[in-house]
Amino acid sequence: MNPRLRFVLRRLGLTIPVLLVMSVFVFLIIRLVPGDPVRTMLGFRATEANVAQVRQQLHLDDPLWMQYWDWLVALLHGDLGRDYVSRAPLTDLLAQRIPVTLELTLLSMGLAVGAGIPLGIRAAVGGRWAKRLTEGFVVFGVSVPDFWLGIMLVLIFAGTLAWLPPSGYVPFTEDPGGNLRYMALPVLTLAVGEAAYIARTTRGAMLEVLGRPFVTYLRAKGTPERSVLYRHTLRNAATPIATVAGIQFGVLLGGAIVVETLFALPGVGRLIVTAINQRNYPVVQAGLLVVALLFIVVSLVTDLVVGFIDPRVADGERP
Amino acid sequence: MTAAAAAVRRAWSAVQTLPRSARIGASILLVLVVVALFAPLLSPHDPNAVDAGRVLAAPDLAHPFGSDTLGRDVLSRVLSAFRASLAIVLGAVLVASIVAVPLGAVAGYFRGWVDQVVSRPLDMLLVLPALLLAISLIAIVGPGSLVAGLAIALIYLPILARVQRAAALLVSGLGYVEGGRARGWSALAVLRRHVVPNALGPLLVQAAILAGFAVQIEAALSFLGLGTQPPTPSLGLMLADGRDVLTQAPWVEVFPGVAIAVMVFGFNLLGDGLRRHLDPRGLAS
Amino acid sequence: MSGPALRLDRLAVRIPIGAGRFVHAVDQVSLTVPAGQVVGLVGESGCGKSTLAAAVLGLLPPGSEITGRVLLRDRDLRGLPEAEYRRLRGNDIALITQDPAASLDPTFPVGHQVAEAIRNHQPIGRRAARQRAVELLRTVGIPAAEQRYADPPHRFSGGMKQRALIAAALANEPAVLLADEPTTALDVTIQAQILFLIRDLAARIGAAVLLITHNLGVVAQICDRVAVMYAGQVVEQGTARAVFAEPRHPYTRALLDAQPVGHDRHGDLPVIPGRVPDLSAPPTGCRFAARCGSVHERCATAPPTVALPGGGEVACWLHADRSTVGP
Repeated sequence: MNPRLRFVLRRLGLTIPVLLVMSVFVFLIIRLVPGDPVRTMLGFRATEANVAQVRQQLHLDDPLWMQYWDWLVALLHGDLGRDYVSRAPLTDLLAQRIPVTLELTLLSMGLAVGAGIPLGIRAAVGGRWAKRLTEGFVVFGVSVPDFWLGIMLVLIFAGTLAWLPPSGYVPFTEDPGGNLRYMALPVLTLAVGEAAYIARTTRGAMLEVLGRPFVTYLRAKGTPERSVLYRHTLRNAATPIATVAGIQFGVLLGGAIVVETLFALPGVGRLIVTAINQRNYPVVQAGLLVVALLFIVVSLVTDLVVGFIDPRVADGERP
Repeated sequence: MTAAAAAVRRAWSAVQTLPRSARIGASILLVLVVVALFAPLLSPHDPNAVDAGRVLAAPDLAHPFGSDTLGRDVLSRVLSAFRASLAIVLGAVLVASIVAVPLGAVAGYFRGWVDQVVSRPLDMLLVLPALLLAISLIAIVGPGSLVAGLAIALIYLPILARVQRAAALLVSGLGYVEGGRARGWSALAVLRRHVVPNALGPLLVQAAILAGFAVQIEAALSFLGLGTQPPTPSLGLMLADGRDVLTQAPWVEVFPGVAIAVMVFGFNLLGDGLRRHLDPRGLAS
Repeated sequence: MSGPALRLDRLAVRIPIGAGRFVHAVDQVSLTVPAGQVVGLVGESGCGKSTLAAAVLGLLPPGSEITGRVLLRDRDLRGLPEAEYRRLRGNDIALITQDPAASLDPTFPVGHQVAEAIRNHQPIGRRAARQRAVELLRTVGIPAAEQRYADPPHRFSGGMKQRALIAAALANEPAVLLADEPTTALDVTIQAQILFLIRDLAARIGAAVLLITHNLGVVAQICDRVAVMYAGQVVEQGTARAVFAEPRHPYTRALLDAQPVGHDRHGDLPVIPGRVPDLSAPPTGCRFAARCGSVHERCATAPPTVALPGGGEVACWLHADRSTVGP
């Protein structure tokens, strides 16, 4: 079998236990909540009979593993459960919110990578000023909490300059221009912090690779410097960069939760936070599931990308 | 010269050998810790003193950071909130370290099934990104500063355990340790005298770096209303409150943020600076 | 061809090591490598051999200083602008390095890297370069060259990697081939094969080969001439036969004596008591004086280079009564 295909299958296979553990964990969150959820749902005036009836309806008296199994099966059919209070199907609710979070995180990551990698390269091989500026940017981006940065950006761009709106959202399909205007500040907020990490990693990886013998040999072969840098060095540096980017995406998801709250974006993150404060556990559960799934998918993609860039990984050798 | 003075001099010359970044970071942190300890004394006013006449007043000599929506002195509030945040962060990292050391040491020293039993659950904790995990835990138990601290301890526990484990793996393979074991050293003695002390350097580096992240997470949790609850002061809460009056009174928002950034910056600098000295083998990430 | 392919004329190299100090890695080295011949440059590690190679290629660390001349077919390479130098590297002067595994980009197929050597200097398309590269791989003895072209380096054995690197080095038919310890990292059983491969392929294109090594056995196998280097200086030169049969310099003699009787193909560093002098502050007299068995008071000043009958040279007071070539 083609070794690349084998690598892809192996990596996909590893994902399954992770997904399972994730599902158990998320499932347990609701079950671990102290107190009786039904009582919370129905309020003080519920009678014993009411409570018992609802409990039976929701299968809450079944053994735990059976409840998990039912939940998992429903999940695989696309049923995320129902809101405790309104009994509205959560799948629809989340389907509405996911695109917002996706747009936010993907745009931010894209911008972070698009800006961070060139910055990192400049910091590795550029002149004195390029290095100093990038250092400063990295320190700034890493230390400053992203939501504070977001607020500062709001102050500057929405407040003083009034170029961009401080909050709100409109779907891309309805109004592309408006959508981008609303997303500009949130994306910028998240991207700055991530770009700092990526720039730092890129710089370190590039410097490390540039010190390796094969780079000297490339020059001894008469290879143009531009090719040495972008064709060879960057490719070898890509593995640690991609790995960090994958991890940072997780951090980005966390940041997205905060940024959504900050800019009042109707995404999954904000949904989770509101639901926690309202003790609306099914929503919390569904939201966490979606976010965790997103993270796992991105990790998978990152690993696959690394495998394609570096043939040693695909063959199972240690790079 | 007294023994204490000699010890101080030794410590001082040890500090002199550290790279400049570590010294700056350590100095910043030292200042911050002192400020935190003496916050009540340093605060020019009572952080909770409401003064209707000074609502949203701009910074001046008496109130260097200005006043907030209830006329409270922002500087005093920042100091007291900063104290609370630092306490949570240091406490969380300390708790995580204390639990991580035996777990990691045992996993790395005994290896085999012991390692599997200890490491697998810890690795599972690493699957979710930090803030998400913290939020999940708070979802179960409910918001609060204690929960936030425990959540932070829990998310960083696996990372610290991993560092300790890596050190344990290294030490247990060393010649003199194997020889000692053959001569009858008890496992406990080896752990106590060799495994744990060898990991202290990398652990310290890792803890410093994690503390920087922990500051941001604690602030984020409080900002979202999931961490420290009012009326207990918290930098994250101040950031949340400051949003409402952002354009009229930006100082309410700016200064707490700066406080957070300075803390993170100090921890990062310290951790990175100590790396070469304490963690030459790069066990800390 | 008007002159020797490569000529070093009183080449000296200083390399900065920080705090305004320098290592005098190469000192007044004069060396000739005629076209079609293999000249061996022998010495212990740290004697300056690799620095010399780097100087010829123009790849010294920034801040290094070169005095003397490096003549490639009578063209002085000193002071050449970088763009010009790049045109020479891999084209007129090619390098074979000592660690083939470390010299190949692990993320690219080996065949591509050979083709890259071609396309760096010849304006041919990708397909044509690939064909040329496959031919070259066949020439250096890599079986199933067509399929192996696309394999990444880690799928090649050490010897095969070195063959591929030789292919890359010879791709543009260079005038000078610098082989820096080409067999050091290889298995003993294939060292001879690789050496003969280098010699034969170089002879085919009339290239001059400078073979850098610390292993006398290697020298004995393929070199026409030998230059012995110690602490940055060439202490003896001559035809391989003459130097081996009648070594003049005490260091050369010590090296040969340290070899076990008979051919020692895997001769590693022969051990001579004493240590190489610190080249950041080199002694003013003969640099080998501290370890020489025949040292006397004249050795406190630097010995002259003396011409020997048969075309060789030696830098030692013991032979100074003959006609002197230079300081």
